[in-house]
Amino acid sequence: MSLSPDEVRHVARLARLALSDDEVAELSPQLSEILGYAEQVGEVAAEDVPPTVHPFALKDVTRPDEPRPSLPREDILAGAPEVEGHRFAVPRIVAEEG
Amino acid sequence: MSTGPDLIGSSASELASKLADREVSAREVADAHLDRIAATDGVVAEGDVWASKPADELEAHHVHAFLQVTAAAARAHADDIDARRAAGEELGPLAGVPLALKDLLTMRGVPTTCGSRMLEGWVPPYDATVTELLRDADVVVLGKTNMDEFAMGSSTENSAFGNTRNPWDLDRVPGGSSGGSAAAVAVMQAPLSIGTDTGGSIRQPAALTGLVGAKPTYGTVSRRGLVAFASSLDQAGPFARSVEDAARLQAVIQHHDPRDSTSVSESPPDLLEHLRDGVEGLRIGVVTELQGEGYEPGVAETFQAALSRFEALGAEIVEVSLPHAPYGLPAYYLIAPSECSSNLARFDGVRYGQRVDAPTAEEMNAATRSAGFGPEVKRRIMIGTHALSSGYYDAYYLQASKVRTLIARDFEAAFGSADVLVSPTSPSVAFGLGTKTADPIAMYLNDVATVPASLAGNPALSLPAGLAAAPEAADTALPVGLQIMAPLLRDDLMYRAAWAFEQDLGFTPVPEGRRAVEVAR
Repeated sequence: MSLSPDEVRHVARLARLALSDDEVAELSPQLSEILGYAEQVGEVAAEDVPPTVHPFALKDVTRPDEPRPSLPREDILAGAPEVEGHRFAVPRIVAEEG
Repeated sequence: MSTGPDLIGSSASELASKLADREVSAREVADAHLDRIAATDGVVAEGDVWASKPADELEAHHVHAFLQVTAAAARAHADDIDARRAAGEELGPLAGVPLALKDLLTMRGVPTTCGSRMLEGWVPPYDATVTELLRDADVVVLGKTNMDEFAMGSSTENSAFGNTRNPWDLDRVPGGSSGGSAAAVAVMQAPLSIGTDTGGSIRQPAALTGLVGAKPTYGTVSRRGLVAFASSLDQAGPFARSVEDAARLQAVIQHHDPRDSTSVSESPPDLLEHLRDGVEGLRIGVVTELQGEGYEPGVAETFQAALSRFEALGAEIVEVSLPHAPYGLPAYYLIAPSECSSNLARFDGVRYGQRVDAPTAEEMNAATRSAGFGPEVKRRIMIGTHALSSGYYDAYYLQASKVRTLIARDFEAAFGSADVLVSPTSPSVAFGLGTKTADPIAMYLNDVATVPASLAGNPALSLPAGLAAAPEAADTALPVGLQIMAPLLRDDLMYRAAWAFEQDLGFTPVPEGRRAVEVAR
């Protein structure tokens, strides 16, 4: 399939990427070509074949439900671009009323 | 006493025995390799941590394998090892041997960039499990190596910090994504390095730089602290200048890790015990689908000669088929980008790395990601987001995951008639810098022979099979890689076959003329 510039913009929005018009113009044919290549998987008759996500059939890997130390909070916050008190700080998410 | 040039030319196994016999100190070994880095790499050799020069200040003789060299920490670790050895403490088999670590794996207190601007300024608060295991084994980490951004690429040209050069020909790529780890070992800055392999990112650079590089059975090396690209495929593994060195390093890092839910509790039989048993009577399967069209003539000829060599060594050559292997690369380029788009969603300008300010959270996310990611990462995020989006999932990710099952079944069937499988590692020898960057699919085709074992989870390694000319330059002599693939958890078998081949071939792993030149510079 081919991805039109509008479809590229739609996917970019889903992926949280702000693409320039130049990037959209370049990506539209490139992504179409890559998808066209990848679509060869559709030639394989695989209806009754189960999908593989791990070569070993691991199931429900859990750790013992016991408390254990985590990394210190200040070490984690030290890498963040903006911190407020003990929290990651972000710009406004919900728009103001009216 | 050994001199610097002797030390940098030594294998890890040789160094380990010289160290154990106290013929040389860990500090002398570390210093010799740091000197080599200072002379060849294009780093600013000052202070505790040596930074690589900015891309526009690198010169044509700079290999640029390292992004940072942790010089002071390496020397302190080496001194500590020497002190403990002097005190009679029992040390591990590779104690005091230097190593270069791909910058996709975390090391506490040392910036991890993943070859990206996105993580600039982030200092990981913990060691990857692989890093912990190396430290426990008293392997001396010299620094972090260059790579394609977030391990996406086959040439190391996608690094945000400038490309790495191939020590065999400085105008050619070292392969990728682990190109820095490969180049460091090829130019004798370290006898060992760690790379990561998702679709061929250890094996292909090993092939292009004349090294041994292995992707262990998926799940046998912990992914904790390995920044995820495609979680169901990513696996760390060794680079070395000899098969034995690679096996020894893999033995150090393979370990069940309860902190990685994809880690498997089984491990392969001892990798060294039967290493020297030879290939007499071993059935070596030549994969019909992984040769022929698309492989350079020099690669094809070298591969045929490798088969004759195996035969002369007493192995039985059999033809096997992996009928779905031709669908491996298309499946890979749906699965890997899909998992990448999901994994890289975490880079949102909130928890780590850089942020580009904007009035709302969503705009801030998008502005940050657009500024932080390079073109190839954006391409893959886009492909993956599309492939996972409503209405496309079944035809793309799900169908590719089913093809993956068929490829794994193909491998299982092939191992009914062969003990190991072989193919060329890469369809080409090292190509010129900049020759494939404009054509994503041409770049992706580098992985055509390595991706099937990645999808099936099987162990696979590349080792030098000889030299061949590049098709466009008849006077060149560049390394060609031979790929050996083994059944799940039979990493020992691939090492055994590789060792026999290596001993018979007698390949010199360092390019002529590069052994001493830069030391004098």
